[in-house]
Amino acid sequence: MKPPPFDYHRAQTQDEAVNILMEHGSDVRVMAGGQSLMAMLNMRLTQPKILLDISGIPELNYQTESSNYLSFGAGVTQAQALNNARVVNEVPLLGQALPYVGHMQTRNRGTICGSICHADPSSEIPLVLATLGGEIVVRSETGQRVIPIQDFQIGLMTSARRPDELVVSARFPVARPEQRFSFTEIARRHGDFAIVAIASCCDGKTTRIGVGGVADTPAVREWPRLESDQIDDALNELAWDLGGYDDIHASARYRRELIRKLGRDQIERIQNDQD
Amino acid sequence: MTKIDRGVRYPVSFRLNGELVHGYAENRLLLSDFLRHEVGATGTHVGCEHGICGACTILVNGLPVRSCLMLAVQVEDCDVQTIEGLAFADGSFNELQSAFNQRFAAQCGYCTPGILMTLQHLKNQNRDFSEEEIRDALGGHICRCTGYREIIDAAMDVMGADSRQTDD
Repeated sequence: MKPPPFDYHRAQTQDEAVNILMEHGSDVRVMAGGQSLMAMLNMRLTQPKILLDISGIPELNYQTESSNYLSFGAGVTQAQALNNARVVNEVPLLGQALPYVGHMQTRNRGTICGSICHADPSSEIPLVLATLGGEIVVRSETGQRVIPIQDFQIGLMTSARRPDELVVSARFPVARPEQRFSFTEIARRHGDFAIVAIASCCDGKTTRIGVGGVADTPAVREWPRLESDQIDDALNELAWDLGGYDDIHASARYRRELIRKLGRDQIERIQNDQD
Repeated sequence: MTKIDRGVRYPVSFRLNGELVHGYAENRLLLSDFLRHEVGATGTHVGCEHGICGACTILVNGLPVRSCLMLAVQVEDCDVQTIEGLAFADGSFNELQSAFNQRFAAQCGYCTPGILMTLQHLKNQNRDFSEEEIRDALGGHICRCTGYREIIDAAMDVMGADSRQTDD
Protein backbone atom coordinates (compact mmCIF):
# COMPACT_ATOMS: atom_id res chain seq x y z
CA MET A 1 0.00 0.00 0.00
CA LYS A 2 1.24 3.43 -0.91
CA PRO A 3 0.21 5.60 2.08
CA PRO A 4 1.88 5.04 5.47
CA PRO A 5 -0.26 3.57 8.30
CA PHE A 6 -2.61 5.91 10.13
CA ASP A 7 -5.83 5.77 12.14
CA TYR A 8 -8.73 7.06 10.08
CA HIS A 9 -11.50 9.18 11.57
CA ARG A 10 -14.49 10.28 9.52
CA ALA A 11 -16.35 13.12 11.21
CA GLN A 12 -20.06 13.66 10.63
CA THR A 13 -20.24 17.00 12.43
CA GLN A 14 -17.98 20.00 13.02
CA ASP A 15 -18.01 19.28 16.75
CA GLU A 16 -16.66 15.78 16.22
CA ALA A 17 -13.85 17.11 14.04
CA VAL A 18 -12.97 19.84 16.55
CA ASN A 19 -12.92 17.29 19.38
CA ILE A 20 -10.42 15.11 17.51
CA LEU A 21 -8.21 18.14 16.90
CA MET A 22 -8.41 19.22 20.52
CA GLU A 23 -7.45 15.77 21.73
CA HIS A 24 -4.71 14.94 19.21
CA GLY A 25 -3.54 18.31 17.83
CA SER A 26 -0.49 18.09 15.61
CA ASP A 27 -0.77 14.29 15.27
CA VAL A 28 -3.74 14.91 12.96
CA ARG A 29 -3.85 15.78 9.27
CA VAL A 30 -7.22 17.10 8.15
CA MET A 31 -8.42 15.90 4.76
CA ALA A 32 -11.28 17.48 2.82
CA GLY A 33 -10.95 16.63 -0.89
CA GLY A 34 -7.51 15.08 -0.48
CA GLN A 35 -6.28 16.18 -3.90
CA SER A 36 -2.98 17.38 -2.44
CA LEU A 37 -2.86 15.41 0.80
CA MET A 38 -3.53 12.00 -0.77
CA ALA A 39 -0.70 12.60 -3.23
CA MET A 40 1.58 13.53 -0.32
CA LEU A 41 0.51 10.41 1.57
CA ASN A 42 1.11 8.27 -1.52
CA MET A 43 4.65 9.63 -1.71
CA ARG A 44 4.98 9.38 2.08
CA LEU A 45 5.90 13.03 2.34
CA THR A 46 3.66 13.19 5.38
CA GLN A 47 3.04 10.46 7.98
CA PRO A 48 0.23 11.56 10.28
CA LYS A 49 -0.85 9.41 13.21
CA ILE A 50 -4.48 10.29 12.47
CA LEU A 51 -6.18 11.16 9.19
CA LEU A 52 -9.31 13.20 9.88
CA ASP A 53 -11.73 13.06 6.94
CA ILE A 54 -14.09 16.07 6.95
CA SER A 55 -15.50 15.51 3.45
CA GLY A 56 -18.71 14.01 4.81
CA ILE A 57 -19.74 16.83 7.14
CA PRO A 58 -23.02 18.20 5.69
CA GLU A 59 -22.93 21.42 7.72
CA LEU A 60 -19.65 22.47 6.05
CA ASN A 61 -21.10 22.27 2.55
CA TYR A 62 -22.54 25.75 2.02
CA GLN A 63 -21.95 28.80 -0.15
CA THR A 64 -23.63 31.81 1.43
CA GLU A 65 -23.44 35.57 1.19
CA SER A 66 -23.24 37.72 4.29
CA SER A 67 -21.93 41.21 5.04
CA ASN A 68 -20.19 41.74 1.69
CA TYR A 69 -18.55 38.31 1.68
CA LEU A 70 -19.29 35.13 -0.21
CA SER A 71 -18.45 32.37 2.27
CA PHE A 72 -17.44 28.86 1.28
CA GLY A 73 -17.72 26.14 3.90
CA ALA A 74 -14.78 23.76 4.17
CA GLY A 75 -16.69 21.03 2.32
CA VAL A 76 -17.35 23.02 -0.87
CA THR A 77 -15.51 21.59 -3.85
CA GLN A 78 -13.87 23.69 -6.51
CA ALA A 79 -16.34 22.24 -9.05
CA GLN A 80 -19.33 23.27 -6.91
CA ALA A 81 -17.96 26.82 -6.71
CA LEU A 82 -17.26 26.93 -10.44
CA ASN A 83 -20.84 25.81 -11.15
CA ASN A 84 -22.30 28.46 -8.84
CA ALA A 85 -23.46 31.41 -10.97
CA ARG A 86 -23.05 33.71 -7.96
CA VAL A 87 -19.32 33.07 -7.90
CA VAL A 88 -18.94 34.32 -11.47
CA ASN A 89 -21.12 37.36 -10.77
CA GLU A 90 -20.07 38.28 -7.26
CA VAL A 91 -16.45 37.14 -7.01
CA PRO A 92 -15.43 37.29 -10.68
CA LEU A 93 -11.72 36.95 -9.91
CA LEU A 94 -12.38 33.55 -8.34
CA GLY A 95 -14.58 32.60 -11.29
CA GLN A 96 -11.72 33.44 -13.65
CA ALA A 97 -9.11 31.59 -11.58
CA LEU A 98 -10.98 28.32 -10.90
CA PRO A 99 -10.63 26.86 -14.42
CA TYR A 100 -6.84 27.01 -13.87
CA VAL A 101 -7.08 24.97 -10.64
CA GLY A 102 -6.01 21.41 -11.43
CA HIS A 103 -8.25 19.55 -13.86
CA MET A 104 -11.96 18.90 -14.05
CA GLN A 105 -11.35 15.50 -12.46
CA THR A 106 -9.49 16.92 -9.44
CA ARG A 107 -11.86 19.89 -9.02
CA ASN A 108 -14.67 17.40 -8.41
CA ARG A 109 -13.06 16.55 -5.07
CA GLY A 110 -10.60 19.32 -4.28
CA THR A 111 -12.04 22.04 -2.05
CA ILE A 112 -11.73 25.82 -1.88
CA CYS A 113 -10.65 25.79 1.77
CA GLY A 114 -8.37 22.78 1.37
CA SER A 115 -6.35 24.54 -1.28
CA ILE A 116 -5.98 27.58 0.99
CA CYS A 117 -4.89 25.42 3.96
CA HIS A 118 -2.37 23.55 1.81
CA ALA A 119 -0.78 26.98 1.16
CA ASP A 120 1.21 26.03 -1.90
CA PRO A 121 2.89 29.24 -3.12
CA SER A 122 1.81 28.60 -6.72
CA SER A 123 -1.86 27.84 -5.95
CA GLU A 124 -4.52 29.97 -7.53
CA ILE A 125 -7.17 30.05 -4.80
CA PRO A 126 -4.92 31.43 -2.00
CA LEU A 127 -3.66 34.02 -4.50
CA VAL A 128 -7.21 35.16 -5.28
CA LEU A 129 -8.10 35.36 -1.59
CA ALA A 130 -4.92 37.33 -0.85
CA THR A 131 -5.48 39.75 -3.73
CA LEU A 132 -9.06 40.40 -2.64
CA GLY A 133 -8.15 40.67 1.05
CA GLY A 134 -10.43 37.90 2.30
CA GLU A 135 -10.64 36.06 5.60
CA ILE A 136 -10.42 32.55 7.02
CA VAL A 137 -12.67 31.35 9.82
CA VAL A 138 -11.26 28.73 12.18
CA ARG A 139 -12.94 26.92 15.06
CA SER A 140 -11.55 25.25 18.12
CA GLU A 141 -12.85 24.01 21.43
CA THR A 142 -12.59 27.56 22.80
CA GLY A 143 -14.57 29.18 19.99
CA GLN A 144 -14.19 30.80 16.64
CA ARG A 145 -11.67 33.29 15.31
CA VAL A 146 -11.40 35.15 12.03
CA ILE A 147 -7.95 35.47 10.45
CA PRO A 148 -7.26 38.00 7.68
CA ILE A 149 -5.65 36.15 4.79
CA GLN A 150 -2.41 38.14 4.99
CA ASP A 151 -1.95 36.74 8.52
CA PHE A 152 -3.05 33.23 7.55
CA GLN A 153 -0.55 32.11 4.94
CA ILE A 154 2.72 32.76 6.74
CA GLY A 155 5.17 30.74 4.66
CA LEU A 156 5.78 27.93 2.24
CA MET A 157 2.93 25.46 2.90
CA THR A 158 2.58 26.96 6.36
CA SER A 159 -0.49 28.63 7.80
CA ALA A 160 -1.39 30.32 11.07
CA ARG A 161 -3.93 27.61 11.88
CA ARG A 162 -3.12 26.18 15.29
CA PRO A 163 -3.03 22.37 15.55
CA ASP A 164 -6.26 22.35 17.57
CA GLU A 165 -8.14 24.47 15.05
CA LEU A 166 -10.37 23.46 12.15
CA VAL A 167 -10.72 25.78 9.15
CA VAL A 168 -14.48 26.01 8.69
CA SER A 169 -14.85 28.61 5.94
CA ALA A 170 -13.18 31.10 3.63
CA ARG A 171 -14.73 34.53 3.01
CA PHE A 172 -14.21 36.18 -0.37
CA PRO A 173 -15.13 39.89 -0.62
CA VAL A 174 -17.95 40.53 -3.10
CA ALA A 175 -16.90 42.73 -6.04
CA ARG A 176 -17.94 46.37 -6.06
CA PRO A 177 -19.42 47.72 -9.32
CA GLU A 178 -16.40 49.92 -10.12
CA GLN A 179 -13.90 47.07 -9.77
CA ARG A 180 -12.42 45.16 -12.71
CA PHE A 181 -10.51 41.89 -12.38
CA SER A 182 -8.19 39.72 -14.36
CA PHE A 183 -6.45 36.40 -13.77
CA THR A 184 -3.87 34.58 -15.82
CA GLU A 185 -1.00 32.18 -15.37
CA ILE A 186 1.76 30.40 -17.21
CA ALA A 187 2.20 26.66 -16.61
CA ARG A 188 3.84 23.86 -18.56
CA ARG A 189 0.41 22.34 -19.15
CA HIS A 190 -2.98 23.88 -18.42
CA GLY A 191 -3.92 22.76 -14.91
CA ASP A 192 -0.38 22.08 -13.74
CA PHE A 193 1.30 24.13 -11.03
CA ALA A 194 1.71 27.72 -12.15
CA ILE A 195 5.22 28.98 -12.86
CA VAL A 196 3.82 32.46 -12.32
CA ALA A 197 0.18 33.40 -11.69
CA ILE A 198 -1.06 36.99 -11.71
CA ALA A 199 -4.32 38.31 -10.30
CA SER A 200 -5.17 41.97 -10.73
CA CYS A 201 -7.83 44.30 -9.52
CA CYS A 202 -8.43 47.96 -10.47
CA ASP A 203 -11.16 50.27 -9.20
CA GLY A 204 -10.30 53.49 -11.01
CA LYS A 205 -8.38 54.95 -8.06
CA THR A 206 -5.99 52.11 -7.29
CA THR A 207 -4.14 49.37 -9.14
CA ARG A 208 -3.59 46.15 -7.22
CA ILE A 209 -1.75 43.04 -8.30
CA GLY A 210 -1.20 39.66 -6.67
CA VAL A 211 1.66 37.39 -7.75
CA GLY A 212 1.83 33.66 -7.09
CA GLY A 213 4.66 31.20 -7.78
CA VAL A 214 7.52 33.63 -7.16
CA ALA A 215 7.74 34.14 -3.39
CA ASP A 216 6.91 31.71 -0.55
CA THR A 217 3.42 33.21 -0.22
CA PRO A 218 1.17 35.17 -2.57
CA ALA A 219 2.56 38.71 -2.83
CA VAL A 220 0.09 41.58 -3.10
CA ARG A 221 1.02 45.15 -4.02
CA GLU A 222 -1.23 48.18 -4.41
CA TRP A 223 -0.46 51.55 -5.98
CA PRO A 224 -2.52 54.65 -6.67
CA ARG A 225 -3.87 54.07 -10.19
CA LEU A 226 -0.85 53.40 -12.43
CA GLU A 227 -0.82 55.37 -15.64
CA SER A 228 0.50 53.72 -18.77
CA ASP A 229 4.00 55.22 -18.43
CA GLN A 230 4.29 54.15 -14.76
CA ILE A 231 3.38 50.47 -15.13
CA ASP A 232 6.76 49.17 -16.30
CA ASP A 233 8.71 50.79 -13.47
CA ALA A 234 6.25 49.67 -10.82
CA LEU A 235 6.25 46.07 -12.05
CA ASN A 236 10.01 46.00 -12.46
CA GLU A 237 10.44 47.09 -8.86
CA LEU A 238 7.94 44.45 -7.72
CA ALA A 239 9.73 41.74 -9.75
CA TRP A 240 13.08 42.56 -8.13
CA ASP A 241 11.52 42.78 -4.66
CA LEU A 242 10.14 39.26 -5.02
CA GLY A 243 13.30 37.95 -6.63
CA GLY A 244 12.06 34.53 -7.67
CA TYR A 245 14.02 31.29 -7.70
CA ASP A 246 15.48 28.83 -10.20
CA ASP A 247 13.99 25.35 -10.50
CA ILE A 248 13.54 22.76 -13.23
CA HIS A 249 10.50 24.59 -14.61
CA ALA A 250 11.88 28.10 -14.96
CA SER A 251 14.69 30.44 -13.99
CA ALA A 252 14.30 33.30 -11.53
CA ARG A 253 14.93 35.68 -14.41
CA TYR A 254 12.07 34.17 -16.45
CA ARG A 255 9.76 34.47 -13.45
CA ARG A 256 10.61 38.15 -13.05
CA GLU A 257 10.04 38.69 -16.76
CA LEU A 258 6.58 37.07 -16.52
CA ILE A 259 5.65 39.50 -13.75
CA ARG A 260 6.58 42.41 -16.00
CA LYS A 261 4.92 41.13 -19.16
CA LEU A 262 1.78 39.44 -17.80
CA GLY A 263 1.32 42.20 -15.24
CA ARG A 264 1.43 44.92 -17.85
CA ASP A 265 -0.99 43.10 -20.21
CA GLN A 266 -3.51 42.63 -17.46
CA ILE A 267 -3.34 46.05 -15.88
CA GLU A 268 -3.69 47.78 -19.24
CA ARG A 269 -6.56 45.58 -20.31
CA ILE A 270 -8.69 46.04 -17.23
CA GLN A 271 -7.91 49.75 -16.87
CA ASN A 272 -8.84 50.32 -20.52
CA ASP A 273 -12.01 48.36 -19.93
CA GLN A 274 -12.79 50.75 -17.09
CA ASP A 275 -12.22 53.95 -19.06
CA MET B 1 -17.98 9.43 13.84
CA THR B 2 -16.48 6.46 12.06
CA LYS B 3 -13.10 5.34 13.30
CA ILE B 4 -11.00 2.74 11.51
CA ASP B 5 -7.77 1.79 13.24
CA ARG B 6 -4.60 1.04 11.35
CA GLY B 7 -4.16 -2.52 10.14
CA VAL B 8 -7.85 -3.43 10.47
CA ARG B 9 -9.61 -4.79 7.40
CA TYR B 10 -12.89 -2.92 7.26
CA PRO B 11 -15.96 -4.01 5.27
CA VAL B 12 -16.83 -1.73 2.35
CA SER B 13 -20.03 -2.01 0.30
CA PHE B 14 -20.78 0.03 -2.81
CA ARG B 15 -22.37 -0.26 -6.23
CA LEU B 16 -19.91 -1.05 -9.01
CA ASN B 17 -21.38 -0.62 -12.49
CA GLY B 18 -24.83 -1.18 -11.04
CA GLU B 19 -24.03 -4.25 -8.98
CA LEU B 20 -23.67 -4.32 -5.23
CA VAL B 21 -20.12 -5.22 -4.26
CA HIS B 22 -18.73 -6.11 -0.83
CA GLY B 23 -15.06 -6.13 0.01
CA TYR B 24 -12.58 -5.57 2.79
CA ALA B 25 -10.05 -2.76 2.87
CA GLU B 26 -7.51 -1.38 5.29
CA ASN B 27 -8.12 2.31 5.86
CA ARG B 28 -5.08 3.33 3.81
CA LEU B 29 -5.86 1.19 0.76
CA LEU B 30 -6.32 3.38 -2.30
CA LEU B 31 -9.58 3.02 -4.20
CA SER B 32 -7.62 2.20 -7.36
CA ASP B 33 -5.80 -0.67 -5.64
CA PHE B 34 -9.02 -1.83 -3.98
CA LEU B 35 -10.76 -2.08 -7.36
CA ARG B 36 -7.84 -3.89 -8.96
CA HIS B 37 -6.63 -6.21 -6.23
CA GLU B 38 -9.61 -6.76 -3.93
CA VAL B 39 -12.58 -6.54 -6.31
CA GLY B 40 -10.67 -7.84 -9.35
CA ALA B 41 -11.82 -5.02 -11.64
CA THR B 42 -8.45 -4.55 -13.32
CA GLY B 43 -9.74 -2.37 -16.15
CA THR B 44 -8.90 0.72 -14.11
CA HIS B 45 -5.21 1.41 -14.62
CA VAL B 46 -2.77 3.20 -12.34
CA GLY B 47 -0.02 5.39 -13.71
CA CYS B 48 1.50 8.11 -11.58
CA GLU B 49 -0.56 7.49 -8.41
CA HIS B 50 -0.52 11.14 -7.44
CA GLY B 51 -3.32 12.56 -9.54
CA ILE B 52 -1.43 13.89 -12.53
CA CYS B 53 -1.77 11.32 -15.32
CA GLY B 54 -5.49 10.55 -15.28
CA ALA B 55 -5.19 6.83 -16.09
CA CYS B 56 -7.13 5.81 -12.96
CA THR B 57 -10.08 8.15 -13.56
CA ILE B 58 -13.46 6.61 -12.70
CA LEU B 59 -16.93 7.99 -11.99
CA VAL B 60 -17.99 8.25 -8.34
CA ASN B 61 -21.64 9.25 -7.98
CA GLY B 62 -21.51 10.30 -11.63
CA LEU B 63 -18.47 12.57 -11.40
CA PRO B 64 -15.02 11.80 -12.80
CA VAL B 65 -12.40 11.56 -10.04
CA ARG B 66 -8.92 10.14 -9.58
CA SER B 67 -9.28 6.74 -7.90
CA CYS B 68 -5.63 6.96 -6.76
CA LEU B 69 -6.49 10.03 -4.65
CA MET B 70 -9.38 8.38 -2.81
CA LEU B 71 -9.40 5.77 -0.12
CA ALA B 72 -11.44 2.62 -0.62
CA VAL B 73 -13.29 3.30 2.64
CA GLN B 74 -14.56 6.60 1.19
CA VAL B 75 -16.80 4.93 -1.42
CA GLU B 76 -19.00 3.23 1.18
CA ASP B 77 -22.57 3.38 -0.26
CA CYS B 78 -21.38 5.25 -3.38
CA ASP B 79 -22.21 4.52 -7.00
CA VAL B 80 -18.96 3.73 -8.83
CA GLN B 81 -18.59 3.32 -12.58
CA THR B 82 -15.49 1.94 -14.25
CA ILE B 83 -14.45 0.95 -17.74
CA GLU B 84 -15.95 -2.51 -17.18
CA GLY B 85 -19.41 -0.93 -17.19
CA LEU B 86 -19.20 0.78 -20.58
CA ALA B 87 -19.76 -2.10 -23.02
CA PHE B 88 -23.22 -3.57 -23.58
CA ALA B 89 -24.21 -6.76 -21.78
CA ASP B 90 -23.34 -8.87 -24.83
CA GLY B 91 -19.82 -7.45 -24.78
CA SER B 92 -20.24 -5.19 -27.81
CA PHE B 93 -18.75 -1.70 -27.65
CA ASN B 94 -20.77 1.33 -26.67
CA GLU B 95 -20.74 4.39 -28.91
CA LEU B 96 -17.58 5.93 -27.46
CA GLN B 97 -15.66 2.66 -27.52
CA SER B 98 -16.72 2.09 -31.13
CA ALA B 99 -15.55 5.56 -32.10
CA PHE B 100 -12.18 4.89 -30.42
CA ASN B 101 -11.97 1.65 -32.39
CA GLN B 102 -12.90 3.35 -35.68
CA ARG B 103 -10.50 6.23 -35.17
CA PHE B 104 -7.63 4.12 -33.84
CA ALA B 105 -7.68 6.28 -30.73
CA ALA B 106 -5.89 3.71 -28.56
CA GLN B 107 -2.34 2.59 -29.18
CA CYS B 108 -0.87 0.92 -26.11
CA GLY B 109 -4.22 1.47 -24.37
CA TYR B 110 -2.83 2.15 -20.92
CA CYS B 111 -4.40 5.61 -20.54
CA THR B 112 -7.58 4.70 -22.43
CA PRO B 113 -9.83 3.55 -19.54
CA GLY B 114 -9.39 6.87 -17.74
CA ILE B 115 -9.95 8.89 -20.89
CA LEU B 116 -13.09 6.93 -21.74
CA MET B 117 -14.52 7.53 -18.26
CA THR B 118 -13.99 11.29 -18.54
CA LEU B 119 -15.60 11.28 -22.00
CA GLN B 120 -18.45 9.08 -20.74
CA HIS B 121 -19.15 11.76 -18.13
CA LEU B 122 -19.47 14.34 -20.92
CA LYS B 123 -21.62 11.94 -22.92
CA ASN B 124 -23.93 11.45 -19.94
CA GLN B 125 -24.78 15.15 -20.09
CA ASN B 126 -26.60 14.53 -23.40
CA ARG B 127 -25.45 17.56 -25.29
CA ASP B 128 -22.92 18.50 -27.94
CA PHE B 129 -19.47 19.74 -26.96
CA SER B 130 -17.09 22.04 -28.76
CA GLU B 131 -13.60 20.80 -29.49
CA GLU B 132 -12.34 23.31 -26.95
CA GLU B 133 -14.52 21.80 -24.22
CA ILE B 134 -13.38 18.30 -25.11
CA ARG B 135 -9.75 19.38 -25.10
CA ASP B 136 -10.25 21.04 -21.71
CA ALA B 137 -11.75 17.86 -20.22
CA LEU B 138 -8.96 15.75 -21.71
CA GLY B 139 -6.39 18.18 -20.28
CA GLY B 140 -6.50 16.03 -17.16
CA HIS B 141 -5.14 13.00 -19.04
CA ILE B 142 -1.72 12.15 -20.37
CA CYS B 143 -1.25 9.80 -23.33
CA ARG B 144 2.40 9.02 -24.04
CA CYS B 145 1.69 7.38 -27.40
CA THR B 146 0.47 10.90 -28.28
CA GLY B 147 -2.71 9.76 -29.94
CA TYR B 148 -4.38 12.98 -28.89
CA ARG B 149 -5.57 13.90 -32.39
CA GLU B 150 -7.27 10.53 -32.81
CA ILE B 151 -8.75 10.68 -29.30
CA ILE B 152 -10.25 14.11 -29.94
CA ASP B 153 -11.55 13.00 -33.35
CA ALA B 154 -13.25 9.99 -31.76
CA ALA B 155 -14.85 12.14 -29.08
CA MET B 156 -15.98 14.68 -31.69
CA ASP B 157 -17.57 11.90 -33.77
CA VAL B 158 -19.79 10.99 -30.84
CA MET B 159 -20.67 14.34 -29.29
CA GLY B 160 -18.88 17.09 -31.17
CA ALA B 161 -20.55 20.29 -32.26
CA ASP B 162 -19.54 21.22 -35.81
CA SER B 163 -16.57 23.33 -34.86
CA ARG B 164 -13.62 21.12 -35.54
CA GLN B 165 -10.25 22.84 -35.47
CA THR B 166 -7.11 21.62 -37.10
CA ASP B 167 -3.74 21.31 -35.45
CA ASP B 168 -1.93 23.49 -37.96
